[in-house]
Amino acid sequence: MNTVTLTVKKQPELYLECENVNPDAFAGKKAADIAKLGAYQGKETSTLGDYFTIAGEAGATAADTKIVINGDCTKMKYIGAKMTAGEVVVNSACDMYTGSWMKGGKLTVNGDVHSFCGLAMAGGEFVINGNAGNYLGAAYRGDWRGMSGGVLRVKGNAGSDVASFMTGGEMIIGGDVDIHLGTHMEGGKIVLKGNANRRVGGQLVKGEIYVFGKINVMMPGYKPVGEKEMEVDGTKATFVDYIGDLGERHPKRKGETVYGHLYMKK
Amino acid sequence: MSEYIIKNGHVFDPVQGIKGDKKDIAVKDGKIVDKVGSGAKVIDAKDKTVMAGALDIHAHVAGPKVNAGRWYRPEDKHFDSHKKPGITRIEGGKSIPTVFKTGYEYARMGFTFAMEAAMPPLYARHVHEEIHDTPIIDEGALPVFGNNWFVMEYLKNNEIENTAAYIAWILRQTKGYGIKCVNPGGTEAWAWGLNCLTIHDPVPYFDITPGEIVTGLMKANEYLGLPHSFHVHQNDLGNPGNYKTTLDTLKLAEGIKPKNTFGREQVLHSTHLQFHSYKGTNWGDFESASKEVMDYVNKQKNITIDTGNVTLDETTTMTADGPFEHHLHGLNHLKWFNVDVELETAAGIVPYIYDPNISVCAKQWCIGLELALFAKDPMRCFITTDHPNAGPFTRYPRVYAWLMSKKYRDERLNTFKNADKVIAGTHIGGMDKELSLYELACMTRAGPAKALGLGKDYGGLKAGMNADIAIYNINPDKFPSSGAEIEKAFSNVAYLFKDGKICVEGGKVVDMGKKHTFWVDAKVPENKQVMHDIREKFLRYYSVNENNYPVPESYAPHQHIITVDATKA
Repeated sequence: MNTVTLTVKKQPELYLECENVNPDAFAGKKAADIAKLGAYQGKETSTLGDYFTIAGEAGATAADTKIVINGDCTKMKYIGAKMTAGEVVVNSACDMYTGSWMKGGKLTVNGDVHSFCGLAMAGGEFVINGNAGNYLGAAYRGDWRGMSGGVLRVKGNAGSDVASFMTGGEMIIGGDVDIHLGTHMEGGKIVLKGNANRRVGGQLVKGEIYVFGKINVMMPGYKPVGEKEMEVDGTKATFVDYIGDLGERHPKRKGETVYGHLYMKK
Repeated sequence: MSEYIIKNGHVFDPVQGIKGDKKDIAVKDGKIVDKVGSGAKVIDAKDKTVMAGALDIHAHVAGPKVNAGRWYRPEDKHFDSHKKPGITRIEGGKSIPTVFKTGYEYARMGFTFAMEAAMPPLYARHVHEEIHDTPIIDEGALPVFGNNWFVMEYLKNNEIENTAAYIAWILRQTKGYGIKCVNPGGTEAWAWGLNCLTIHDPVPYFDITPGEIVTGLMKANEYLGLPHSFHVHQNDLGNPGNYKTTLDTLKLAEGIKPKNTFGREQVLHSTHLQFHSYKGTNWGDFESASKEVMDYVNKQKNITIDTGNVTLDETTTMTADGPFEHHLHGLNHLKWFNVDVELETAAGIVPYIYDPNISVCAKQWCIGLELALFAKDPMRCFITTDHPNAGPFTRYPRVYAWLMSKKYRDERLNTFKNADKVIAGTHIGGMDKELSLYELACMTRAGPAKALGLGKDYGGLKAGMNADIAIYNINPDKFPSSGAEIEKAFSNVAYLFKDGKICVEGGKVVDMGKKHTFWVDAKVPENKQVMHDIREKFLRYYSVNENNYPVPESYAPHQHIITVDATKA
């Protein structure tokens, strides 16, 4: 696997839209060609070379390409967005849309990410070794197709509206979340190691949410149906099984109604 | 104004019966003329196809429900928002494009007119604001009458004159073009939690049937002598087995004669017929009824139709058929928007994905194409996608390609996931017909122009007509063998003349033209009863003042007013 190293040399005045910073765009290119790739700042187009020092060359395919980014990326959007393979490591905090619409490969951010990251993620692995903002792994504004596959792991806390409209995949949050976790969820799995504020699993149709900590205010549409001994993300514990959201439609399979599950660690 | 001469093109003009002959077209002062001077600018149309500008008889392109679709579907434009080089603005949106994109895209495809198919009278101002902001193309808007309290009260007592007087008043207040009727009675019934699924289902409280509304509005239309006919979205849209209701409605036109000075020959235009041509009792045994419906349409000369072709895209359905949108939301569970327009109508919006892997969607695709292929008289069958309901209007080139190339449509048909089931439930697999360029010119130009009562000035290339001309990179002697090529040619005109001015060149917008808003001013005998009723309804029920109801002149600064006089009747 070839490694391309990007070092921030100039800060954008507004925000830089790094839609071309991903293994798919870099594949088969030498440093000089990568420097020519476009990047929007507001309505103006510039090139990656204007903002980054670029060293190394990409592999022939996205899968053979690793990108390492050093320097302050807090004003860079869309890093690793839509990537399908390969690896990206950002040694900084990132702005919005990082890892959104990701289909494969591995993206690691060694810092915080802003809101709307990992939107509608469909595959691959996205690791955030910091905190995340709102709408992490959610659907794009207005859309009903949220995270559908892959693994999204946050070490710290995440904001509100996390994993809205999730239909598949797995999200593990090491810290706490604010309101609206897993709203409109219709599949997939969320593991919350910390606490949640309110409205967990509102209008949830299908899927599983595991909460290790406390929920500040529980939704009224959840009903406890028993207890279960389970191993979740390496932790063995007893969980109280709640079904819901009872105010929402639920599909039927073989005559049985399929509910969503909210497991609260005892 | 400059003069042009379009030389050596293959001309297709149903108005003059020209079927691809090489003919020069001269343009002067915005009109087509017999001759121009030697100083005229020469446009070389060698090996190209020359047609009049196309007219879209039915599309939802402006107004409150279109805009509600835009704001409640930000995801529709997230991946589809671009600034192309040149004089154009950012073009956003796919199924519900911005007004700018709407104008540009129609022009790039060779269109010069689009009819907004459903204008709620109360929100006519909004419709006109958007029409005014849509560049290049001319537009008109049809106010909806099928669930209007005045109309239902008058028609219950068969008061055609009063209905006509009220319609004339509305057309003037809203700068409307004609009579649109959506799910007659059903939308009002929806306010009571009900619907009208046949033409005999009574409307709650008003105690009138959809059949009586349709007949009454048709008669009122002919009493006024409007340029366009009564334009109907029938009851029971989109349900298996609805073709019987469709035929029942169409039969109501039997014996009614067109009365107008515009050359219009139909008394009923049945829109997006694809959604109304379904057999079966449920989605499992759902089948095409295109043959039954078109057999009737073909022999009934006073009816025109448009197809409503499903384009197999993700789109946004929006209609004044409130109950239908609720029904659709129950099927796909996607976000649902609903609004009631006091005393007049309602509207609903639901996103929809016509998925080729779902056999119902694939059959709908077949039915839309079958309607156009079964049509014996291309001057009475027009191609639409009921934009954005069955698909975005930007897909017209693809629909044309499916209709003009059996190979292209069979490729699509045979690769459907449940191809065998789809072919068994429809007729298209056995249909060899391929539309000719001449038939296409009938279905997209001369036909809709005539049906809209605009046939004297639009939809043709005869001297004296308006110089709206589309030139395509298609050589009829070497007609493109691949569907993709046909699509490309119809997506990007070589030239588009609008009012004698080049607005698009090589697929690129070069001029914003001068768009006009078409509306119909109908004179009727003074009618004290109707004026009294209007005053009373505003005082008792409307939430707005009568004086704040009309569309001010400033909302439609470039008007093309068509006058009719019903006082001599």
